[in-house]
Amino acid sequence: MDELPIHSGDDVVRVRQRVRTVAAQNGLSLVDQTKLVTAASELARNTLVHGGGGVARIESVKSANGRAGVKLHFSDEGPGIADIDLALTDRWTTGTGLGLGLSGSRRLVDEFELNSKPGAGTSVMVVKWSR
Amino acid sequence: MERVPILKIGQTLFVSIQIDLQDDTVLRLQEDLADELAATTARGVIIDITAVEIVDSFIGRMLSMIGSISRLFDAETVIVGMRPAVAITLTELGLPLSGVRTALNAEKGLEILNGKS
Repeated sequence: MDELPIHSGDDVVRVRQRVRTVAAQNGLSLVDQTKLVTAASELARNTLVHGGGGVARIESVKSANGRAGVKLHFSDEGPGIADIDLALTDRWTTGTGLGLGLSGSRRLVDEFELNSKPGAGTSVMVVKWSR
Repeated sequence: MERVPILKIGQTLFVSIQIDLQDDTVLRLQEDLADELAATTARGVIIDITAVEIVDSFIGRMLSMIGSISRLFDAETVIVGMRPAVAITLTELGLPLSGVRTALNAEKGLEILNGKS
């Protein structure tokens, strides 16, 4: 398992590159690699911009029926999200973007889990399986 | 932070993105292109993303904004060379990429721009 800090735009690029490598190693197709790296880019940016920085963990995983996959975990100790359902709505935005970061990245992966409380930071876990 | 070079050939500004884009680099490119459009008589912008492995919502929004900005300088923007995997991902992400035209490659992009003038 890799653990990468997210404290600058350069860190976001490094996370993307590492996710690409691990996704390729686990046999994800080019399209699935691209979807996972794009989701990682959105989530790493959220960690940096909204969470004030944090950590990305990248892990190779195996499903119960033996399929290979990649699990990503982003966590920060930022202000957290008050209304998670609202934050996951398409086009809902804090004002700076299109409001597609969270909702869009959820569509790009196979599993998506978001945990957050106001004042207690945010953590997002996603998994993409090989086909 | 790296910078993306802008080439002026005739009435067209050419941008070929060959690096892993970070947010600040894209913002800088937007400013550099606006300066270049204001300083020259360019009527078109071609942005080649053949080497770009992902376009996320931020980069996509910036590309749309470059299209809107160039229109204010009476220029049209054409994005060329999008990879199939990027096109599929952008569509699933729900990003319309409005404000810019797209073409298969730089040659087709030039045809679009030349057809305009």
